[in-house]
Amino acid sequence: MSDKNVAGSDFEPRIVAFFCNWCTYTAADLAGTARMVYAPNARVVRIMCSGRLDPQFVLAALRKGADGVLIGGCHPGDCHYQEGNYKALRRFTLLKTLLAAMGIEEERVRLEWIAASEGDKVQRVINEMTEQVRKLGPLRLEQIHQIEGSHHSAAQVGKHAVMEGAV
Amino acid sequence: MSKPKVAFYWCASCGGCEEAVVDLHEDILGVVSAVDIVFWPVALDFKRSDVEAMKDKEVAVAFINGAIRSSEQHEMVELLRRKAQLVVAFGSCAHLGGIPGLANVFDRGAIVNQACVNAVSVVNDQKVLPSEETTVPEGKLTLPLLWNTVKSLDQTIDVDYYLPGCPPPVNLIGEAVGAILKGELPAKGTVLAPDIALCDDCVRRDTKPEKPALKEFFRPHQVKADPEKCLLAQGLLCLGPVTRKGCGSVCVKANMPCTGCMGPTSNVVDYGAKALSAIASLVDSNDDKEIAAIISKVADPVGTFYRYSLPASLLHRRYNGSTERG
Repeated sequence: MSDKNVAGSDFEPRIVAFFCNWCTYTAADLAGTARMVYAPNARVVRIMCSGRLDPQFVLAALRKGADGVLIGGCHPGDCHYQEGNYKALRRFTLLKTLLAAMGIEEERVRLEWIAASEGDKVQRVINEMTEQVRKLGPLRLEQIHQIEGSHHSAAQVGKHAVMEGAV
Repeated sequence: MSKPKVAFYWCASCGGCEEAVVDLHEDILGVVSAVDIVFWPVALDFKRSDVEAMKDKEVAVAFINGAIRSSEQHEMVELLRRKAQLVVAFGSCAHLGGIPGLANVFDRGAIVNQACVNAVSVVNDQKVLPSEETTVPEGKLTLPLLWNTVKSLDQTIDVDYYLPGCPPPVNLIGEAVGAILKGELPAKGTVLAPDIALCDDCVRRDTKPEKPALKEFFRPHQVKADPEKCLLAQGLLCLGPVTRKGCGSVCVKANMPCTGCMGPTSNVVDYGAKALSAIASLVDSNDDKEIAAIISKVADPVGTFYRYSLPASLLHRRYNGSTERG
Protein backbone atom coordinates (compact mmCIF):
# COMPACT_ATOMS: atom_id res chain seq x y z
CA MET A 1 0.00 0.00 0.00
CA SER A 2 1.45 3.31 -1.03
CA ASP A 3 -0.21 5.63 1.48
CA LYS A 4 1.73 6.53 4.56
CA ASN A 5 -0.15 6.24 7.80
CA VAL A 6 1.57 9.04 9.65
CA ALA A 7 0.44 12.44 10.78
CA GLY A 8 1.25 15.34 8.53
CA SER A 9 0.60 16.49 5.01
CA ASP A 10 1.35 13.15 3.38
CA PHE A 11 -1.29 11.34 5.45
CA GLU A 12 -3.78 9.55 3.21
CA PRO A 13 -6.85 8.33 5.11
CA ARG A 14 -7.73 4.68 4.78
CA ILE A 15 -11.48 4.25 4.65
CA VAL A 16 -13.17 0.87 4.57
CA ALA A 17 -16.56 1.15 2.88
CA PHE A 18 -19.20 -1.55 3.33
CA PHE A 19 -21.68 -1.12 0.47
CA CYS A 20 -24.88 -3.10 -0.01
CA ASN A 21 -25.08 -5.08 -3.23
CA TRP A 22 -28.40 -3.68 -4.45
CA CYS A 23 -28.09 0.06 -4.01
CA THR A 24 -24.82 1.61 -2.90
CA TYR A 25 -22.47 -0.84 -4.58
CA THR A 26 -24.43 -0.42 -7.80
CA ALA A 27 -24.17 3.35 -7.34
CA ALA A 28 -20.39 3.04 -6.95
CA ASP A 29 -20.37 1.00 -10.16
CA LEU A 30 -22.34 3.75 -11.86
CA ALA A 31 -19.89 6.38 -10.60
CA GLY A 32 -17.13 4.29 -12.16
CA THR A 33 -18.77 3.74 -15.55
CA ALA A 34 -19.71 7.44 -15.64
CA ARG A 35 -16.01 8.22 -15.02
CA MET A 36 -16.73 10.39 -12.03
CA VAL A 37 -13.53 11.40 -10.28
CA TYR A 38 -13.37 11.05 -6.51
CA ALA A 39 -10.89 10.38 -3.72
CA PRO A 40 -9.21 6.98 -4.04
CA ASN A 41 -9.20 6.48 -0.26
CA ALA A 42 -12.18 4.16 0.14
CA ARG A 43 -11.68 0.40 -0.07
CA VAL A 44 -15.09 -0.99 -0.91
CA VAL A 45 -16.32 -4.28 0.53
CA ARG A 46 -19.53 -5.51 -1.02
CA ILE A 47 -22.08 -7.05 1.34
CA MET A 48 -25.47 -8.32 0.27
CA CYS A 49 -27.35 -5.95 2.58
CA SER A 50 -26.44 -3.25 5.10
CA GLY A 51 -28.42 -5.42 7.53
CA ARG A 52 -25.65 -8.02 7.17
CA LEU A 53 -23.14 -5.61 8.64
CA ASP A 54 -22.09 -7.09 11.95
CA PRO A 55 -20.77 -4.32 14.23
CA GLN A 56 -17.73 -6.57 14.66
CA PHE A 57 -16.80 -5.76 11.03
CA VAL A 58 -16.60 -2.05 11.85
CA LEU A 59 -14.48 -2.60 14.95
CA ALA A 60 -12.23 -5.09 13.14
CA ALA A 61 -11.65 -2.58 10.32
CA LEU A 62 -10.70 0.15 12.80
CA ARG A 63 -8.51 -2.21 14.77
CA LYS A 64 -6.70 -3.41 11.67
CA GLY A 65 -5.74 -0.02 10.34
CA ALA A 66 -8.76 1.80 8.93
CA ASP A 67 -8.98 5.49 9.82
CA GLY A 68 -12.69 5.53 9.04
CA VAL A 69 -15.58 3.24 8.11
CA LEU A 70 -18.36 4.12 5.68
CA ILE A 71 -21.55 2.09 5.52
CA GLY A 72 -23.83 2.43 2.50
CA GLY A 73 -27.33 0.99 2.19
CA CYS A 74 -30.60 1.49 0.32
CA HIS A 75 -32.85 4.40 1.24
CA PRO A 76 -35.48 3.66 3.92
CA GLY A 77 -38.33 1.74 2.32
CA ASP A 78 -36.13 0.57 -0.59
CA CYS A 79 -34.34 -2.39 1.01
CA HIS A 80 -34.16 -5.40 -1.29
CA TYR A 81 -34.86 -7.51 1.82
CA GLN A 82 -37.60 -5.20 3.14
CA GLU A 83 -36.10 -4.38 6.56
CA GLY A 84 -32.32 -4.85 6.43
CA ASN A 85 -31.44 -1.19 6.26
CA TYR A 86 -33.59 -0.45 9.32
CA LYS A 87 -31.72 -3.13 11.18
CA ALA A 88 -28.46 -1.49 10.09
CA LEU A 89 -29.75 1.88 11.32
CA ARG A 90 -30.63 0.46 14.77
CA ARG A 91 -27.26 -1.21 15.16
CA PHE A 92 -25.40 1.82 13.83
CA THR A 93 -27.21 4.12 16.31
CA LEU A 94 -26.17 1.99 19.28
CA LEU A 95 -22.67 1.43 17.88
CA LYS A 96 -22.17 5.21 17.67
CA THR A 97 -22.89 5.61 21.39
CA LEU A 98 -20.38 2.87 22.13
CA LEU A 99 -17.70 4.35 19.88
CA ALA A 100 -18.17 7.77 21.49
CA ALA A 101 -17.63 6.22 24.92
CA MET A 102 -14.49 4.53 23.59
CA GLY A 103 -13.06 7.84 22.40
CA ILE A 104 -13.45 7.27 18.63
CA GLU A 105 -14.39 10.54 16.91
CA GLU A 106 -17.91 10.64 15.49
CA GLU A 107 -16.83 11.51 11.94
CA ARG A 108 -14.83 8.31 11.57
CA VAL A 109 -17.89 6.08 11.20
CA ARG A 110 -20.69 7.14 8.88
CA LEU A 111 -23.91 5.63 7.53
CA GLU A 112 -25.38 6.87 4.24
CA TRP A 113 -28.37 5.80 2.19
CA ILE A 114 -27.30 5.81 -1.47
CA ALA A 115 -29.62 4.54 -4.20
CA ALA A 116 -28.40 2.69 -7.29
CA SER A 117 -28.89 5.80 -9.42
CA GLU A 118 -26.92 8.11 -7.09
CA GLY A 119 -23.39 7.75 -8.43
CA ASP A 120 -22.86 11.43 -7.68
CA LYS A 121 -23.72 10.83 -4.02
CA VAL A 122 -21.02 8.13 -3.79
CA GLN A 123 -18.59 10.67 -5.19
CA ARG A 124 -19.68 13.42 -2.78
CA VAL A 125 -19.81 11.22 0.36
CA ILE A 126 -16.41 9.62 -0.23
CA ASN A 127 -14.84 13.01 -0.96
CA GLU A 128 -16.41 14.55 2.14
CA MET A 129 -15.48 11.73 4.42
CA THR A 130 -11.91 11.56 3.13
CA GLU A 131 -11.45 15.25 3.95
CA GLN A 132 -13.07 14.91 7.40
CA VAL A 133 -10.88 11.95 8.31
CA ARG A 134 -7.82 13.69 6.88
CA LYS A 135 -8.46 16.54 9.32
CA LEU A 136 -8.80 14.12 12.23
CA GLY A 137 -5.55 12.43 11.36
CA PRO A 138 -4.64 8.76 11.51
CA LEU A 139 -6.33 6.45 14.01
CA ARG A 140 -3.42 4.02 14.27
CA LEU A 141 -5.16 1.65 16.66
CA GLU A 142 -3.01 -1.26 15.59
CA GLN A 143 0.23 0.56 16.34
CA ILE A 144 -1.01 1.55 19.80
CA HIS A 145 -1.91 -2.06 20.51
CA GLN A 146 1.46 -3.25 19.31
CA ILE A 147 3.25 -0.92 21.70
CA GLU A 148 1.10 -1.86 24.64
CA GLY A 149 0.90 -5.49 23.67
CA SER A 150 4.63 -6.05 23.70
CA HIS A 151 5.81 -7.37 27.02
CA HIS A 152 9.06 -5.48 27.06
CA SER A 153 7.75 -2.04 26.34
CA ALA A 154 4.70 -2.34 28.58
CA ALA A 155 6.76 -1.07 31.48
CA GLN A 156 7.83 1.97 29.49
CA VAL A 157 4.25 2.79 28.54
CA GLY A 158 3.39 2.49 32.21
CA LYS A 159 6.29 4.68 33.28
CA HIS A 160 5.17 7.39 30.95
CA ALA A 161 1.74 7.20 32.59
CA VAL A 162 3.26 7.41 36.05
CA MET A 163 4.84 10.70 35.12
CA GLU A 164 1.58 11.99 33.69
CA GLY A 165 -0.23 10.88 36.81
CA ALA A 166 2.24 12.62 39.09
CA VAL A 167 1.49 16.04 37.66
CA MET B 1 4.04 -42.44 41.81
CA SER B 2 3.82 -38.90 43.12
CA LYS B 3 0.59 -36.96 42.73
CA PRO B 4 0.30 -34.26 40.04
CA LYS B 5 1.22 -30.83 41.35
CA VAL B 6 -1.29 -28.01 41.11
CA ALA B 7 -0.85 -24.27 41.64
CA PHE B 8 -3.48 -21.55 42.10
CA TYR B 9 -2.73 -17.89 41.70
CA TRP B 10 -4.67 -14.63 41.69
CA CYS B 11 -3.90 -11.40 39.87
CA ALA B 12 -6.31 -8.45 39.47
CA SER B 13 -9.37 -10.17 40.91
CA CYS B 14 -11.83 -9.98 43.78
CA GLY B 15 -11.22 -13.34 45.43
CA GLY B 16 -14.50 -14.78 44.17
CA CYS B 17 -12.66 -17.33 42.04
CA GLU B 18 -10.87 -18.63 45.14
CA GLU B 19 -14.29 -18.95 46.77
CA ALA B 20 -15.46 -20.95 43.80
CA VAL B 21 -12.68 -23.50 44.43
CA VAL B 22 -13.77 -23.80 48.06
CA ASP B 23 -17.36 -24.09 46.84
CA LEU B 24 -16.46 -27.56 45.58
CA HIS B 25 -17.34 -28.38 49.24
CA GLU B 26 -16.56 -31.99 50.13
CA ASP B 27 -15.60 -32.71 46.52
CA ILE B 28 -12.46 -30.70 47.24
CA LEU B 29 -11.32 -33.60 49.44
CA GLY B 30 -11.30 -35.80 46.36
CA VAL B 31 -9.27 -33.19 44.52
CA VAL B 32 -6.82 -32.78 47.40
CA SER B 33 -6.32 -36.54 47.65
CA ALA B 34 -5.63 -36.77 43.91
CA VAL B 35 -3.29 -33.78 43.59
CA ASP B 36 -0.61 -32.02 45.51
CA ILE B 37 -1.30 -28.27 45.89
CA VAL B 38 2.11 -26.64 45.78
CA PHE B 39 1.14 -22.96 45.61
CA TRP B 40 -2.03 -21.12 46.62
CA PRO B 41 -1.27 -17.77 48.28
CA VAL B 42 -4.84 -17.18 49.46
CA ALA B 43 -4.97 -20.44 51.41
CA LEU B 44 -1.52 -21.95 51.91
CA ASP B 45 1.79 -20.57 53.11
CA PHE B 46 3.99 -21.19 50.08
CA LYS B 47 6.13 -18.34 48.82
CA ARG B 48 7.30 -17.18 45.45
CA SER B 49 10.74 -18.58 46.24
CA ASP B 50 9.16 -22.05 46.58
CA VAL B 51 7.87 -21.75 43.04
CA GLU B 52 11.19 -20.41 41.79
CA ALA B 53 12.94 -23.43 43.31
CA MET B 54 10.84 -25.87 41.26
CA LYS B 55 12.05 -27.40 38.04
CA ASP B 56 10.53 -26.11 34.80
CA LYS B 57 7.28 -27.93 33.94
CA GLU B 58 7.26 -29.54 37.38
CA VAL B 59 3.74 -28.30 38.07
CA ALA B 60 1.07 -30.21 36.15
CA VAL B 61 -1.41 -27.36 35.98
CA ALA B 62 -1.61 -23.75 37.15
CA PHE B 63 -5.05 -22.20 37.59
CA ILE B 64 -4.64 -18.43 37.28
CA ASN B 65 -7.48 -16.03 37.97
CA GLY B 66 -7.62 -12.26 37.61
CA ALA B 67 -6.66 -9.80 34.91
CA ILE B 68 -3.06 -8.64 34.44
CA ARG B 69 -2.39 -4.99 35.21
CA SER B 70 0.88 -4.75 37.11
CA SER B 71 4.52 -5.67 36.64
CA GLU B 72 4.30 -8.02 39.63
CA GLN B 73 1.35 -9.93 38.19
CA HIS B 74 3.18 -10.15 34.89
CA GLU B 75 6.30 -11.57 36.55
CA MET B 76 4.29 -14.09 38.54
CA VAL B 77 2.33 -15.43 35.58
CA GLU B 78 5.51 -15.70 33.50
CA LEU B 79 7.08 -17.65 36.35
CA LEU B 80 4.06 -19.96 36.61
CA ARG B 81 4.03 -20.41 32.84
CA ARG B 82 7.62 -21.67 33.01
CA LYS B 83 6.91 -24.04 35.88
CA ALA B 84 3.58 -25.42 34.66
CA GLN B 85 2.78 -27.87 31.88
CA LEU B 86 -0.74 -26.46 31.56
CA VAL B 87 -2.07 -22.99 32.33
CA VAL B 88 -5.82 -22.56 32.80
CA ALA B 89 -7.24 -19.03 32.69
CA PHE B 90 -9.70 -19.28 35.55
CA GLY B 91 -12.73 -16.99 35.56
CA SER B 92 -13.86 -13.98 33.52
CA CYS B 93 -10.94 -11.70 34.44
CA ALA B 94 -8.22 -14.11 33.31
CA HIS B 95 -10.35 -15.20 30.33
CA LEU B 96 -11.43 -11.81 28.90
CA GLY B 97 -10.20 -9.12 31.30
CA GLY B 98 -13.29 -9.08 33.49
CA ILE B 99 -14.56 -6.28 35.70
CA PRO B 100 -11.04 -4.86 36.36
CA GLY B 101 -10.75 -4.56 32.57
CA LEU B 102 -13.27 -1.72 32.63
CA ALA B 103 -10.35 0.37 33.89
CA ASN B 104 -9.39 0.51 30.20
CA VAL B 105 -11.99 3.26 29.78
CA PHE B 106 -9.60 5.42 31.81
CA ASP B 107 -5.84 5.73 31.92
CA ARG B 108 -3.45 5.08 34.73
CA GLY B 109 -3.10 8.73 35.75
CA ALA B 110 -6.85 9.21 36.16
CA ILE B 111 -7.19 5.98 38.12
CA VAL B 112 -4.33 6.72 40.51
CA ASN B 113 -5.53 10.27 41.07
CA GLN B 114 -9.06 9.09 41.80
CA ALA B 115 -7.92 6.36 44.17
CA CYS B 116 -5.22 8.32 46.00
CA VAL B 117 -6.33 11.95 45.86
CA ASN B 118 -9.88 12.67 44.71
CA ALA B 119 -11.96 9.93 46.36
CA VAL B 120 -14.15 11.48 49.08
CA SER B 121 -12.87 9.08 51.70
CA VAL B 122 -9.22 9.95 51.06
CA VAL B 123 -7.24 12.57 52.99
CA ASN B 124 -4.08 13.29 51.03
CA ASP B 125 -3.41 17.02 51.18
CA GLN B 126 0.11 16.68 49.84
CA LYS B 127 -1.19 14.66 46.89
CA VAL B 128 1.31 11.89 47.45
CA LEU B 129 1.05 9.31 44.68
CA PRO B 130 2.48 5.80 44.70
CA SER B 131 5.81 5.70 42.95
CA GLU B 132 7.86 2.75 41.82
CA GLU B 133 10.83 3.77 43.93
CA THR B 134 11.05 5.61 47.24
CA THR B 135 14.30 6.34 49.02
CA VAL B 136 14.24 6.10 52.81
CA PRO B 137 17.23 6.24 55.23
CA GLU B 138 17.41 2.44 55.21
CA GLY B 139 17.61 2.24 51.43
CA LYS B 140 15.36 2.03 48.40
CA LEU B 141 11.77 0.77 48.57
CA THR B 142 10.04 -0.41 45.44
CA LEU B 143 6.46 -1.04 44.41
CA PRO B 144 5.13 -2.94 41.39
CA LEU B 145 4.26 -0.78 38.40
CA LEU B 146 0.57 -0.34 37.62
CA TRP B 147 -0.01 -0.61 33.87
CA ASN B 148 -1.91 1.92 31.83
CA THR B 149 -3.90 -0.87 30.18
CA VAL B 150 -5.42 -3.98 31.77
CA LYS B 151 -4.87 -7.25 29.89
CA SER B 152 -6.42 -10.68 29.85
CA LEU B 153 -4.15 -13.58 30.73
CA ASP B 154 -3.64 -14.72 27.14
CA GLN B 155 -2.52 -11.22 26.15
CA THR B 156 0.35 -11.75 28.58
CA ILE B 157 1.34 -15.43 28.48
CA ASP B 158 0.44 -18.53 26.50
CA VAL B 159 -2.78 -20.07 27.86
CA ASP B 160 -3.88 -23.68 27.35
CA TYR B 161 -7.51 -23.66 28.51
CA TYR B 162 -10.16 -21.27 29.75
CA LEU B 163 -12.70 -21.71 32.53
CA PRO B 164 -15.21 -18.91 32.02
CA GLY B 165 -17.60 -17.32 34.50
CA CYS B 166 -17.64 -14.85 37.33
CA PRO B 167 -16.80 -17.06 39.14
CA PRO B 168 -16.61 -20.28 37.10
CA PRO B 169 -19.52 -22.61 37.95
CA VAL B 170 -18.53 -25.36 40.36
CA ASN B 171 -19.63 -28.19 38.06
CA LEU B 172 -17.41 -26.85 35.26
CA ILE B 173 -14.44 -26.64 37.65
CA GLY B 174 -15.08 -30.22 38.73
CA GLU B 175 -15.33 -31.43 35.13
CA ALA B 176 -12.16 -29.57 34.15
CA VAL B 177 -10.15 -30.97 37.06
CA GLY B 178 -11.49 -34.46 36.26
CA ALA B 179 -10.55 -34.14 32.59
CA ILE B 180 -7.05 -32.94 33.45
CA LEU B 181 -6.49 -35.79 35.94
CA LYS B 182 -7.64 -38.36 33.37
CA GLY B 183 -5.68 -36.69 30.60
CA GLU B 184 -8.84 -36.40 28.49
CA LEU B 185 -8.38 -32.86 27.28
CA PRO B 186 -9.82 -31.15 24.21
CA ALA B 187 -7.75 -29.11 21.75
CA LYS B 188 -5.53 -26.41 23.21
CA GLY B 189 -7.30 -23.07 23.52
CA THR B 190 -10.70 -24.57 24.25
CA VAL B 191 -13.09 -22.83 26.61
CA LEU B 192 -14.11 -25.60 29.00
CA ALA B 193 -17.88 -24.96 28.83
CA PRO B 194 -20.73 -25.79 26.42
CA ASP B 195 -20.52 -23.89 23.11
CA ILE B 196 -24.21 -22.87 22.98
CA ALA B 197 -25.94 -19.64 24.01
CA LEU B 198 -27.60 -19.37 27.40
CA CYS B 199 -31.14 -19.01 25.97
CA ASP B 200 -30.88 -22.67 24.97
CA ASP B 201 -30.92 -23.62 28.64
CA CYS B 202 -33.13 -20.88 29.97
CA VAL B 203 -36.00 -21.79 32.28
CA ARG B 204 -38.00 -19.01 30.60
CA ARG B 205 -37.26 -20.11 27.06
CA ASP B 206 -40.86 -20.94 26.20
CA THR B 207 -41.93 -17.37 27.00
CA LYS B 208 -39.42 -15.81 24.61
CA PRO B 209 -41.24 -14.36 21.59
CA GLU B 210 -40.04 -15.46 18.15
CA LYS B 211 -38.78 -11.91 17.63
CA PRO B 212 -38.90 -9.66 20.70
CA ALA B 213 -39.75 -6.07 19.70
CA LEU B 214 -38.94 -3.37 22.21
CA LYS B 215 -40.12 0.21 22.50
CA GLU B 216 -38.30 0.74 25.77
CA PHE B 217 -35.30 -0.60 27.69
CA PHE B 218 -35.19 -0.78 31.47
CA ARG B 219 -32.51 -1.22 34.08
CA PRO B 220 -33.26 -3.82 36.77
CA HIS B 221 -34.12 -1.23 39.42
CA GLN B 222 -36.65 0.50 37.17
CA VAL B 223 -39.18 -2.32 36.83
CA LYS B 224 -40.55 -5.18 38.85
CA ALA B 225 -39.67 -8.05 36.56
CA ASP B 226 -42.19 -10.82 35.97
CA PRO B 227 -40.44 -13.90 37.44
CA GLU B 228 -41.72 -16.25 34.72
CA LYS B 229 -41.47 -14.28 31.50
CA CYS B 230 -38.43 -13.84 29.21
CA LEU B 231 -36.49 -10.88 30.65
CA LEU B 232 -35.57 -9.59 27.22
CA ALA B 233 -39.25 -9.46 26.24
CA GLN B 234 -39.76 -7.28 29.33
CA GLY B 235 -37.22 -4.74 28.07
CA LEU B 236 -34.42 -5.81 30.41
CA LEU B 237 -31.00 -6.07 28.77
CA CYS B 238 -30.55 -9.81 29.19
CA LEU B 239 -27.46 -10.93 27.27
CA GLY B 240 -28.44 -14.59 27.20
CA PRO B 241 -28.72 -14.70 23.37
CA VAL B 242 -24.99 -13.97 22.98
CA THR B 243 -23.55 -15.53 26.14
CA ARG B 244 -22.19 -19.03 26.50
CA LYS B 245 -24.29 -21.32 28.66
CA GLY B 246 -22.96 -23.51 31.47
CA CYS B 247 -23.79 -21.35 34.48
CA GLY B 248 -27.17 -22.98 35.08
CA SER B 249 -28.75 -19.56 34.43
CA VAL B 250 -28.41 -18.64 38.10
CA CYS B 251 -28.98 -14.92 37.49
CA VAL B 252 -32.13 -15.47 35.42
CA LYS B 253 -33.44 -17.83 38.10
CA ALA B 254 -32.91 -15.00 40.61
CA ASN B 255 -34.95 -12.73 38.29
CA MET B 256 -31.89 -10.79 37.14
CA PRO B 257 -30.85 -10.43 33.49
CA CYS B 258 -27.70 -12.17 32.23
CA THR B 259 -24.75 -9.76 32.20
CA GLY B 260 -22.53 -12.00 30.11
CA CYS B 261 -19.83 -13.28 32.49
CA MET B 262 -19.42 -16.57 30.60
CA GLY B 263 -18.31 -14.68 27.52
CA PRO B 264 -19.16 -15.44 23.91
CA THR B 265 -19.52 -18.73 22.08
CA SER B 266 -16.56 -19.73 19.93
CA ASN B 267 -17.90 -18.13 16.73
CA VAL B 268 -17.74 -14.61 18.12
CA VAL B 269 -14.61 -12.44 18.07
CA ASP B 270 -15.88 -9.41 19.97
CA TYR B 271 -18.48 -10.16 22.63
CA GLY B 272 -19.63 -6.58 23.17
CA ALA B 273 -20.15 -5.87 19.47
CA LYS B 274 -22.20 -9.04 19.14
CA ALA B 275 -24.26 -8.22 22.24
CA LEU B 276 -24.82 -4.69 20.94
CA SER B 277 -25.92 -6.12 17.59
CA ALA B 278 -28.39 -8.50 19.23
CA ILE B 279 -29.92 -5.84 21.48
CA ALA B 280 -30.13 -3.10 18.84
CA SER B 281 -31.88 -5.35 16.36
CA LEU B 282 -34.79 -5.75 18.82
CA VAL B 283 -35.63 -2.04 18.74
CA ASP B 284 -39.18 -1.76 17.46
CA SER B 285 -39.03 1.29 15.23
CA ASN B 286 -38.05 2.34 11.72
CA ASP B 287 -37.83 6.03 12.49
CA ASP B 288 -34.35 7.39 13.13
CA LYS B 289 -35.42 9.81 15.89
CA GLU B 290 -37.50 7.20 17.71
CA ILE B 291 -34.68 4.66 17.36
CA ALA B 292 -32.26 7.17 18.90
CA ALA B 293 -34.69 7.87 21.76
CA ILE B 294 -35.13 4.17 22.55
CA ILE B 295 -31.40 3.50 22.33
CA SER B 296 -30.59 6.43 24.60
CA LYS B 297 -32.12 4.30 27.40
CA VAL B 298 -29.16 1.92 27.17
CA ALA B 299 -27.13 3.43 29.98
CA ASP B 300 -23.36 3.02 29.74
CA PRO B 301 -22.99 0.92 26.58
CA VAL B 302 -19.36 0.02 27.34
CA GLY B 303 -20.16 -1.15 30.88
CA THR B 304 -23.23 -3.01 29.66
CA PHE B 305 -21.84 -4.83 26.65
CA TYR B 306 -18.20 -5.19 27.70
CA ARG B 307 -18.76 -5.70 31.41
CA TYR B 308 -16.41 -8.69 31.45
CA SER B 309 -14.53 -8.40 28.19
CA LEU B 310 -13.16 -4.95 27.40
CA PRO B 311 -9.45 -5.95 27.34
CA ALA B 312 -10.23 -8.90 25.02
CA SER B 313 -12.33 -6.72 22.70
CA LEU B 314 -11.18 -5.42 19.32
CA LEU B 315 -10.83 -1.88 20.65
CA HIS B 316 -9.10 -3.15 23.82
CA ARG B 317 -9.12 0.22 25.57
CA ARG B 318 -10.49 3.72 25.25
CA TYR B 319 -8.76 5.57 22.47
CA ASN B 320 -7.22 8.82 23.56
CA GLY B 321 -5.75 10.21 20.38
CA SER B 322 -3.77 13.17 21.67
CA THR B 323 -1.94 11.56 24.62
CA GLU B 324 -1.39 8.13 23.15
CA ARG B 325 -0.10 9.42 19.87
CA GLY B 326 2.60 10.94 22.07
